[in-house]
Formats: sequence, C-alpha cells, structure tokens
Amino acid sequence: MTVQPASKKPIRWHIAVFLAPALLVYTVVMILPLFGTLQLSLFRGTPEAQVFVGLENFRTLLGDPRWSASFWNALWNNVWFFIIHMAVQNPIGILLAALLSNPRLRLRGFYRTAIFVPTILSFVIVGFVWKLILSPIWGVAPSLLDLVGLKSLFAPWLGKEEYALTTLGLISVWQFVGIPMMLIYAALLAIPDEILEAAEYDGITGMAQFWKIKLPLILPSIGIISVLTFVGNFNAFDLIYSSQGAMAGPNFSTDILGTFLYRTFFGFQLQIGDPNMGATIASMMFFIILAGVCLYLFGIQTRLRRYQF
Amino acid sequence: MSRARSSPWRSVAAHAALITYTAIALFPVIVIVINSFKTRQAIFRSPLSLPDAETFSLVGYQTVMTQGDFFLYFQNSLIVTVASLFFVLLFGAMAAFALAEYRFRGNPLMGLYLALGIMIPIRLGTVAILQLMVASGLVNTLTALILVYTAQGLPLAVFILSEFMKQVSEDLKNAGRIDGLSEYRIFFRLVLPLVRPAMATVGVFTMIPIWNDLWFPLILAPAEATKTITLGAQIFLGQFVTNWNAVLSALSLAILPVLILYLIFSRQLIRGITAGAVK
Repeated sequence: MTVQPASKKPIRWHIAVFLAPALLVYTVVMILPLFGTLQLSLFRGTPEAQVFVGLENFRTLLGDPRWSASFWNALWNNVWFFIIHMAVQNPIGILLAALLSNPRLRLRGFYRTAIFVPTILSFVIVGFVWKLILSPIWGVAPSLLDLVGLKSLFAPWLGKEEYALTTLGLISVWQFVGIPMMLIYAALLAIPDEILEAAEYDGITGMAQFWKIKLPLILPSIGIISVLTFVGNFNAFDLIYSSQGAMAGPNFSTDILGTFLYRTFFGFQLQIGDPNMGATIASMMFFIILAGVCLYLFGIQTRLRRYQF
Repeated sequence: MSRARSSPWRSVAAHAALITYTAIALFPVIVIVINSFKTRQAIFRSPLSLPDAETFSLVGYQTVMTQGDFFLYFQNSLIVTVASLFFVLLFGAMAAFALAEYRFRGNPLMGLYLALGIMIPIRLGTVAILQLMVASGLVNTLTALILVYTAQGLPLAVFILSEFMKQVSEDLKNAGRIDGLSEYRIFFRLVLPLVRPAMATVGVFTMIPIWNDLWFPLILAPAEATKTITLGAQIFLGQFVTNWNAVLSALSLAILPVLILYLIFSRQLIRGITAGAVK
C-alpha cells in the first residue's frame, strides 16, 4: 500500500482515472438497466405514456389466471431443472473429482481435458447435437440402446411432455459437469498431505477417508458450486430455446423463467411483446436469484466451518 | 500418501469409471463430426461407422459454405469477442489496480459494488438494456454487444485481477516511484507485465461465454450484417433442419474452432480454475 505520511495531499487523480472506465461501463450498461428493469415493472402503458401502477403488474403475474398458470409452470419447471442439477450434476462431479485427485492415477490430464470439452461448447451446439442424437428419425440412440439390449426403452424423450424437461436437465448436466468436477478437484488438491497421512495412521483409508476427512473439507466448495448452479439455472434460456424453440414445447412442458421472459418481452405468435410484464418477470427472477444468493451468503456460508491449514 | 490405497483393483475401477464418463462426454461430439463427412444414406444407414471411400462426402460443407454467410458471422463473433476481451482486460486491470494499490475512502464499498455483478446476471436487465440501445441508436450494431459483454465480464475480472495485483512486490513499485515513474507508468510498465498469467486466465474465462452467447445477439443485434456465429448457426440449423448433411457440417464447423482454441488454452484454463478455487 502506498501509505504516505498522513498529511494533506493533492487529490490523487490517477485513482479516478484508473477506476473511471470500468465504473462507467459497468454502471451504465449493467447496474442502471437492472434498476431500470425493476422500475419498469411498476409501470404500465405505451412507451410514450407510462403510468405508475405500483405492484399491479406483480398482482397480474401472480393473480390473473392466464399469467399465473404460465408463471407457476415456468417456476416449477425451473425448480425441477435445478433439482436435477443438484441431484445428478454435483454428485457426478464430486465422484469424478475424487477419482481424478488420486496422484498416482495415470492419464489424469487427458481425462480432465476430455470431460471438460462439453462445457466449452455453446448451448446452441449442445441443444442441436442432442436433438439429433435423440431423434427417432436418425436412430443413434435406439441403435446404441440396442447394443445393450434395451431398445424397448427408447422413446422420443424430447418430444414427450413427461420426459422433455428431465431430458433437457440431463443434457445440461452433461454439458456442465466439468465445472463442479474442476472446482472440487482443486479443493481436494488443496487438502494438505499431512492430514491425509494422519488419517491413514489412524486407519482411515479409502471410502471412509473420503466421507470422514475429505468431504467435510470440501463443503465450502460444494456450497459455492450450489449457488453458482442456482444462479445459472434460474437464468437459463439458451439450451431450451435452441432445442425446443421459444414456445418451450411440447405444450410448454419445458418452459422455464428465461423462455417465459423472452416470450413475454418479445411476443410470440399472436400475442405482442409486453416490456412491462417482461420487466415484471425479470424482476421476479432478480428477487429469486437475490434470495438464493443471500440465503447462501448469510445462511450457509457463515455456518460452514472453514479449516485453515 | 496413498500407500494403502494403491491396489491394482482400485486403479482399474477408477480408470473404468473415468473412461466411461469420458466416452459419454465425447461421444455426441464425435458422432456429429464423423457423420458430417458422410453421404446422406450412410448417415442414416450406419450412423456409428466411420466414413469410408464409398460413403465419404463433403456435400454438407458445400451447402454451408454457399448458403450461410458463415465467414461474416465468424468475423462478427471475432470482432465482438476480441474487442470485449480487450476492454474487459484493460478496464478490469485498471480498476483492479486502483482497488488493490491505493487506500482511499470508499475502497471496500467500491469493491463490493463491482463484485455485485458476479452473482447477479446482466441478463435480468435486458428490458432496460434494449431501451438504452434503442435510445442511443446502437441496436443492430456490434458496439451494443461489445458494451454489454464488457460490462458482463468486468466484475469477475476486477475481482480476480485485484487478488493477483495485491501480490505484486511492493519494493518494485516503490523503486519505480523513486525513479520518478508516474503511477500510470508503474501500472503499464511494471505491474501489467507481471500479472500477465492472471490476465490470460481471466481472458479465457471471459471469452467462452461471450463467444457462446445467444441471448444478446438475438435481442440486440439480430440483423443479417451483425449476426454472430452462434446466432447464425442457430438460425441456419432451424432453416435447414431437414438437410442432415448441412446441419451436421454446420455443427462441426461451429465445434472445431472452439475445440482447437480449448486444446491450446486448456492448461491455462484449468490452472485458472484450480488456482481460483483454492480460496
């Protein structure tokens, strides 16, 4: 730190110069629009004549049967989408990281690089790739299932109301499993060898060592991954849009808040776009994400025990 | 440390699990790429076999090259990504330096303010961002995308870079000051070169979501002249959905550049993730 003697100094303009560009772009393009969106959700009317209506839009969204049915459907789907990630993505990620963190394992670098490949691909690619692979017309999935004698299980999963959302959730898990894997892997590597050696002298090895020693030590990382997953899921849009379209078919069964926001804001088919209701939905997403982040920061993170090595 | 656990059985099991998952991760990508080089009949008759002399075909790639304006889209994506990356790194590093180097009133608050954007996605401000861009006449320009992505990338860049800048030797900077270097020169000549590895990591992190984004190109710049490769691919795939050769080739063309870049930078990326996560 440049702590000069505490005397009257001239204004240090260079600090302002260093901060100004980032602050300006960030404030004008991100923070002000965020508040602008919150503000728009309190208004109604044409772009020229906006009328302040208080919480009327929120009442419409939650109370008007036409809106609330779509909203709760999207919210519930979004919750289910999140549950799939927490229940499938994170355990698989932890398992892979645990396997990779064995220093004697050969080909570690190869596995790590390969498993991370889907994460760098765009949603558009991932959505279409899986749409083609699961397509009953092409038959890659049925012929693969045939190899293991399970052909009868095949169904056009993305086209069935009851399976589509779960299938998309699993596709998203497939894409992002690399992130929990990497973060947990890093956390496992950071555990000092002395702790593990001490455990081994006490006869705690293998699985028991993982559950009793390593898992408690990586809990903070699991917390971070959970909140990242939460924010990512409640903000998701691209995968559903590129594989199912803006209508989030079949019959809105894959509609999540992101696609609902897009349809409301831009309109679809015969309905015209509605910026105020779009802003209302975006505000609801903002509050949901904020609630999740606060719950994590104040409810979970502070209670997790951190160990200093 | 793993004396007790190095039984061969365990290692075989670990490899089996990892190979299985690697296959799951890579299989879809491989199927798409190999089928993009096959004739239409071969794609459907035997989707899992490699192309041979008889089934080899580039007809899909020809369609993509003649139908879609992929060079333009690619160029747009490149301009947007490189420009955003440049501004994120420059502005981010400057702000990170100010926060890490100087004590001034409001410093912690400023750090917190800039860190807000790490958790709250910029997408939620879309409605007002579009109004802003309409008002300033920036709709359907690459500038709009560059501005949005710069704002999107800054919070994480500032956060990570300021952590690294705190580690730069105090003596070095003070030596520079004694030699009469201005604060700007200290930043650009002394500090910036020293945090280059961190800049590379931040760069990779910033780049991937920008290159892959569909939301903002779709909303802010959907015009033909400003389509990015991701949006262009999305629309092309929608139009040619029944032309399997074209779709598979377009997908392969979209995958390969990212894959090559990833293989070049994967070491950097993985090091970045693992270094950032230790905290």
